[in-house]
Amino acid sequence: MLPPAVKADSLITLDIGTTATRAHLFDVVNERYRFIASGIAPTTIGPPINDVREGILNALAQLQDTTQRTLLGNNGGIIIPSQPDGTGVDALAATLSAGPEIKVVALGLLENVSLESAVNLAKTTYTSISETISINDRRKQDQRIDTILRVRPNLIIMAGGIDGGAERTPKKLLEAVSLACYLMPGDTHPQVLYAGNKDIHKDVKEALENLVELDIAPNIHPSLNTEHIMSAHPQISKIYTQIRSQQLYGLSDVKSWTDDHLEPGATAFARIIHFLGQVNSTDKGVLGIDIGASALTLAAANTDDLFLRVYTELGFDAPTEHLLANLTIEKIARWLPIDISHAKIRDYLYNKAPHPGSRPSTTEEMFIEQALIRQHMRSALKSALPKFHPQAANNPQMLMPAFEPIMIAGQALTNAPSLGQTLLMALDGIQPTGITTMVLDQNNIAASLGVASTFSPLISVQILESNAFINLGTIISPVGYAHPGNSILRVTTKFSNGAETHNDIEYGTISLITVPQGQSATLQLRPLHRFDVGMGGPGRGGKVQVVGGALGVVIDARGRPLELPSDGNRRRKAIRRWLRVLDG
Amino acid sequence: MMSIPTVEISSLTKISRRRELPIPGKVLVRQGLDVEAHTVIAEAVLEPEHILIDVARGLNISVQQADKAMQRSDGEMINKGDILAGPIGMTRRVVRAPKAGKIIVAGEGQVLMEADNPPHQLLAELPGLVTALIPNRGAIIETTGAIVQGLWGNGKMVSGLLHTKLQKPGDILNEDQLDVSQRGVIILGGHCSDAKVLQKAAEIPLKGLIITSMTSNLIPLAEKMSFPIIVLEGFGKRRLNTISYNILMGNINREIVINAKSDSPGGTRPEIIIPLQGSSELTDPLPDIDAFIPGQLVRVTREPYAAQTGTIVTILHQPIAFPSGLFLPAANITVTKNEEQEQITVPLPNLEVIV
Repeated sequence: MLPPAVKADSLITLDIGTTATRAHLFDVVNERYRFIASGIAPTTIGPPINDVREGILNALAQLQDTTQRTLLGNNGGIIIPSQPDGTGVDALAATLSAGPEIKVVALGLLENVSLESAVNLAKTTYTSISETISINDRRKQDQRIDTILRVRPNLIIMAGGIDGGAERTPKKLLEAVSLACYLMPGDTHPQVLYAGNKDIHKDVKEALENLVELDIAPNIHPSLNTEHIMSAHPQISKIYTQIRSQQLYGLSDVKSWTDDHLEPGATAFARIIHFLGQVNSTDKGVLGIDIGASALTLAAANTDDLFLRVYTELGFDAPTEHLLANLTIEKIARWLPIDISHAKIRDYLYNKAPHPGSRPSTTEEMFIEQALIRQHMRSALKSALPKFHPQAANNPQMLMPAFEPIMIAGQALTNAPSLGQTLLMALDGIQPTGITTMVLDQNNIAASLGVASTFSPLISVQILESNAFINLGTIISPVGYAHPGNSILRVTTKFSNGAETHNDIEYGTISLITVPQGQSATLQLRPLHRFDVGMGGPGRGGKVQVVGGALGVVIDARGRPLELPSDGNRRRKAIRRWLRVLDG
Repeated sequence: MMSIPTVEISSLTKISRRRELPIPGKVLVRQGLDVEAHTVIAEAVLEPEHILIDVARGLNISVQQADKAMQRSDGEMINKGDILAGPIGMTRRVVRAPKAGKIIVAGEGQVLMEADNPPHQLLAELPGLVTALIPNRGAIIETTGAIVQGLWGNGKMVSGLLHTKLQKPGDILNEDQLDVSQRGVIILGGHCSDAKVLQKAAEIPLKGLIITSMTSNLIPLAEKMSFPIIVLEGFGKRRLNTISYNILMGNINREIVINAKSDSPGGTRPEIIIPLQGSSELTDPLPDIDAFIPGQLVRVTREPYAAQTGTIVTILHQPIAFPSGLFLPAANITVTKNEEQEQITVPLPNLEVIV
């Protein structure tokens, strides 16, 4: 008999991405939730179809073919709830990351305080900051009004004023926003999210309630030293789906099919990372990186806190202009295992952008794509690290804190030709430290589990415990510096059958210790030259129990931060060597 | 129905374009009207200028007194220098309008006015017939003719006479191929990798430039040029596909429109429209393409066969391995190379159907 929490039975989650729409089926097998199968089809929000439902129905049709289970009725619609004859599904939920740019104007009192918080709040979902306005930016009130009118934003976020603080200045910003909204033609009114001084809520309502769709969230900067970005995240997630419902034809229907279980993919992804952070038995945090076509989503969590940042400029299919505004060709080229001219890389980026969904068929193009993915992860982590790990800001090397586990997701990573290539991209892009487990969301279901957990957390728990995710391996990344070729770590591996192996790890290498997938082993780590393997400080080692992943146990002894050889030939040779180790 | 990428390349077809203001404005054409590419079809002020005047402060009186002293009310048109409030006091102080415009709202001691600013004009961008109006936003315009869509454009639009410097699809456009005799015409040229070519085109000046391909380091310069530039096949050295080559070379010395606006990814593409007398039997502008099928004319979007056009012979039943290491669904395509037929295998995601 099923426990009461498993009453929801079968569930389909839809993942509506920029280029692909996926339908994932989860069902109860032997009294536990299991991931059954997926269907995938191109997303149809753009011409000539311009109807998000087509892509969904195509993905469901493919899922139906794969599972031989009737999901679509004679009228072409999805059968909900499941019928006694076994057709249909009990519940439907959806995540969304597709759609045109959502333009945001962010307002705050001080640029580095509440305005920055307003911007940070906007970046917890798929938006782009078109303009910022602060009280000390020297623009006159009429210029602020014109600035807002010129941008024609989809969303205005207002923050500022600590609770119980001055009211006059926040009201000045409120006046600019209300006058701008008053001047906008009826069908171009933005949505407004107020997350500032709670003492002026009444004034905010009086000024805006009759003009725009208004949401009021808790103050994201309630005192000078406190920032609570995620306290307003439920509101911005709701606003996101509302804006998308206006922009994307057919989405309102999807919202009703899912009984309002529709939310931004990033929100759902972050929920699953937060969940892992809460159940984590170690004192480390959990890190999740999802590289999709529309954005790179980064979530980090521990027992109490959740950090979420969505980088739309680092989406895998982001327009080249946005891409090159944030990184240089040199930074992409340094990750290439073969010599490709900068001109050719730039040409490649501009040729690829107009064809989202196209795929590399040559080795050269694959290497460029993988180099780009590495650099996207580097750029995102460099920008986010001081936010979710403030100690990193004081560390000139900007080392990553230890995480357990690190979850990597998104088609850019899951579509690599081999797991070794995926892992090397992640090691280069994330540069983890100490001991961690690298988990790959091979089926692209992490965000789906996040939204599924709004029905029942049990679904996520049981799927996470199943083999729907791949454990790529235990990763040991000693921190320190030595000359290439010097021994920096001695590893003794004791297997459950009593066998023992010894490895002497040299600086500058990646090594594999074969521990069959799912089997455990005990590693005795003895760091040399004061290298830090995350076991209590530099030079300290000890025993650690590990479970073999798809690639066993991986020792990344290339140092942290990873410094690639400056000489091009040496660098490319080293990258090819690392690739050979992981790629077989 | 699946979403299959398409590109419009046709020697004679019905062409329909929706032209719309981003905000409500005034539509200036009527249904059934013939328009030229440069006909203004709608207008709206996209960049308004508002002026907030603190009357109470200006007159040094209370807000209540300022409201009483107001001479103008909401919606009134005003000229520069018109009195907005006052006179007040012994010196008969007044507040005057700093610019001509309209009073938006007056009260609480302040006046918010909108200055008269020239509106943004929405152009038809192709000669044709207004077949429908979009209330307060714009219109749908249809024409018949040849169309060739490209990959990148610098955002400008012009109509003019088409001349060519292209002899073969793989030619390179050099600076010395351009001279003052081409002033005011649109030039079709080969691959461009030299900034001097663009600079010379600007000096002449050309009315527009269509090139088969360009090195991407020239993008910033091309964006600065005052005349439209369309890159047909993309970046790096690429040959012009045979179909586009034949269409363009068959229309030399004709009046054409080049619209170099593009909205990547997956949005508007830059295009060349050559208005031609059409047949009433022409089909709808964009047929629904819901699958790749044998017999379709396609263009390859990525290396190693980028910009080649051909016909699908077979759709492979199983994904196949490509040198990138990826297993991808694919099709066999017959292309013509050096006047000989050749069969190539291309991943389906790297194809667009020519319509």
